Amino acid sequence: MTIWIEVAVKTLALLLMIPLAALALGYSELKIMAHMQSRVGPMEAGKFHGWAQLIADGLKFIQKEDVIPEAADRSVFALAPVLSLISAFLVFAVVPFGSGQRFWFFNLDIGLFYALAVSAISVLGVLMAGWSSANKYSLMGGLRAAAQLMAYELPLVLAAVAVVIQAGTMSLVGIVEAQANFSILGIPVPYVVPQFAGFVIFVIASVAELSRTPFDMPMAESELITGPLTEYTGFRFLFFFMAEYAGMFALSAIAATIYLGGYWLPGVPDNIAPAVGPVALVAKTGLIAFFLIWIRSTYPRLREDQLQKFAWKVLIPISLVNILVTSIAVVFVSDVQG
Amino acid sequence: MSTAGDLAESVRAAAHAADARVSVDIDTGDMKLNIGPQHPATHGVLRLVVELDGEKVKSVKPVIGYMHRGYEKLVEVRDYPQVTTLINRIDWVSGFCNEIPFILGAEKLLEIEAPPRATYLRTLLCEMQRIASHLVFFSAYPLEVGAMTPMFFAFRERERVLDVLESVTGGRFHPNFNRVGGLFKDIPATFRSECAETMDAVRNVCGELDNLIVGNEIFMERTVGVGVLPPEIALDYGVSGPNLRATGVAEDIRKTSPYLAYDQVNFDIPTGENGDCFDRAKIRLREIIESTYIIDQLLDSLPSGPVMAKVPKVIKVPEGEIYVKGENPRGEMGYYIVSKGGGTPYRVKIRSGSFSNISCLEYLLDGVLVPDIIAILGSLDFVLGDVDR
Repeated sequence: MTIWIEVAVKTLALLLMIPLAALALGYSELKIMAHMQSRVGPMEAGKFHGWAQLIADGLKFIQKEDVIPEAADRSVFALAPVLSLISAFLVFAVVPFGSGQRFWFFNLDIGLFYALAVSAISVLGVLMAGWSSANKYSLMGGLRAAAQLMAYELPLVLAAVAVVIQAGTMSLVGIVEAQANFSILGIPVPYVVPQFAGFVIFVIASVAELSRTPFDMPMAESELITGPLTEYTGFRFLFFFMAEYAGMFALSAIAATIYLGGYWLPGVPDNIAPAVGPVALVAKTGLIAFFLIWIRSTYPRLREDQLQKFAWKVLIPISLVNILVTSIAVVFVSDVQG
Repeated sequence: MSTAGDLAESVRAAAHAADARVSVDIDTGDMKLNIGPQHPATHGVLRLVVELDGEKVKSVKPVIGYMHRGYEKLVEVRDYPQVTTLINRIDWVSGFCNEIPFILGAEKLLEIEAPPRATYLRTLLCEMQRIASHLVFFSAYPLEVGAMTPMFFAFRERERVLDVLESVTGGRFHPNFNRVGGLFKDIPATFRSECAETMDAVRNVCGELDNLIVGNEIFMERTVGVGVLPPEIALDYGVSGPNLRATGVAEDIRKTSPYLAYDQVNFDIPTGENGDCFDRAKIRLREIIESTYIIDQLLDSLPSGPVMAKVPKVIKVPEGEIYVKGENPRGEMGYYIVSKGGGTPYRVKIRSGSFSNISCLEYLLDGVLVPDIIAILGSLDFVLGDVDR
C-alpha cells in the first residue's frame, strides 16, 4: 500500500515540478536577458519586478482561440505539443535530487541512456508539428529540426559515453556517487575537470537539441516565422513554450548531474546532506541554464549547413577522441590500482 | 491556400500508400514559397516569390508596390513648403535627409541661398539622421541573422540621437524642419553640449557593436562571402550608397559633388573589398563613426547669424527644370523638379536609393539558401517606403 502512496506523491510532485521549472526558468530568462540587453524587463504584473508576468502570459494563452488550420492533419497536430512536453516529464523522472530513495523518482540502472533517449522525443513533437500544420514554413522548420537531431544527438551521446566509461555505470545516482569518490591529487573534483572537452560538447549539443540560439534554425523567426509553431495558438502554443523551458531545465539538470556532481557537494557533513542536495542540484542546474541564456543573448544564428559541418567535422571527432582517451586512462588507472 | 490543400492531400496519399504497403514515388518537385508581403524579415511589405528545391533557391521574383502612396503625383498639388511634409515619409528612417535635395532644388530655382548657419545646421542634422538610420540597420540586421542584443544597444543610442533631433526640430521621425530659404528655427541653447555627449555615446556603442556583432565569429560565418555584388554589376543596376561603396567603388555624393557644407569638413569614405554582406555591415559601422566626426567639426565651426534668408511670403517658383541629388543613408536621393511657374511643382520625379538597391535582388538571390535570402535582404538595408514611394 505504501508504495502506491509513494508513487502517487512522486507523480504529483513531478507534474507540479515541470510547470514550476518552466516558469522559474522562463522568468529568469526574461530578467537576465533584459539586463544583458540594458532593458528592465517585465516590471508591471504582480507589482514586484513583474514576477507574475509569465502567469499572466499563461492565462492569456488559455483564453486564446484554439485555431487548427483547415488543411492540417488534426490528430497529429493535436498530439505534437503533448509529445513535446512529455519528453521533458520523462527526463525529470530519473534526475536524482539527493542521496536516498526519497529524492529521486526512479533510479534506473540505465538512467543516463534513458534520459538522453527520451529527451530526443521532443524533436519528434516538433517534426510532427511541422508536418501536420500544412504550412510551408512549418514544414521547413520541422525538417530542419529533424536534420538537427541527426547531427546533434550523436555528439551528445558520445560525450555522455565518456562519462559512463569513467563512472562505470549508467545510473545517474551511480554517476553522482562515482564523482563523490573521485579525486585528482587528493582534491575532490566533479567530472567537469577530467571530462572538460566532453562537458563543452554536451552543452553545445544541448543547445542544438533545445533549438536555442545559435542553433535555433528550426524556429528562426526572421526566416521561418516560428517554424513548426507558426500555426499554433493558445494553450497548444503554451505547451510548446513550456516544453522548451522544461526541456532546458531537464537537460541542464542532466548536465549538472553528470558533470558537476549533481546533488553532491564536497565537504558537506552527512547529517545535512539531504537538505543541501536538492539546493545544490538546482543551483548547478541554474548555473548551466544561465550559461545557455547568456549564449542566447550573445550570438547570431548559424546556417543549417554550417551547423551540420560543425557537428560532423568538429564535435564528433573530438568526442570520439575523448572516449578513446578516457578509456585508456580508466584502464591505466585501474591497472595501477589493481 | 490551395498548396496547403495539396500538402494535406499528399499526406493522405502517403498514408494510404503506406497502408497498402506499396512503394510510392516521392515527389521532390520544387516548392513555391511566398516570402512576404507579411513576413518578419521583409522590412514591411516586400514580396518575394521564391521557387525552392529543398532550401536552395531556384528562382526568385521580387514583387513591389504594396506600399505605393503616389507621392510623385501628390506633390503636384502641394505648395513648395508643404512638400517637405510628404517627402519626409518616403524613407521614414531618414526623414531629414529626404527634405534636403528637394529644398535645395527649390532654392536653386528661386535663386535664393540659405544663410551659412542654416547650411551648416542642415549638414549637421543630415549626419545626425544618417547615424540614426544606420543604427536602425544595426538593430534590424543582427535580428535577421538571429542575434537579439545588438538591437537594444543600437536602439538605446539611437534614442539619444533622436532626442537631440527632437530638441531641435520637434519631431523624432518626421522633422519637417527645412523651409525654402533656411530652417524653421535656430538650435536651442543646450544643443552643443547634448550633441557632443551624444556623439561620444554613439562612438561608444559603435565599439560595442563591433565587439558584439561585426567582430563575431558566427556573424562572419553567416555574412562573409554571402551575397557578393561585383562593382560592375552594382553600377549596372544603379546601386548607390553604402551598398555600392561596399563593392569598393568610392562613390559618395558628399565627396564627388559636394552640397551643403560637405566641402568644409574632412571625412573619409569607407569602402569595402568584396561587396558581400559583411562589407555592407562593416561599412555602415565605419560611416557612423565618420559621421560623428563630421558633426564634431561642424559644431566647432558653426557660423553665427540668421538661419532663414529673406523669402517672399508666397513662394512662386519661376519656370525651369532641375535635378538635385543628395547622399541619403540609403543611397542617392534625387528630385527632378519641373516648374511651370506658380506655387506648386508641375512634375517631380523622385529617385530613391532603396528602389535601385533592391533591383539587384534577382542577381544576388540566385542559387542561395533560404537563410541567406534573409541575410542578403537585410544587408541591403532598404525601406519599403523608399522603394515604392
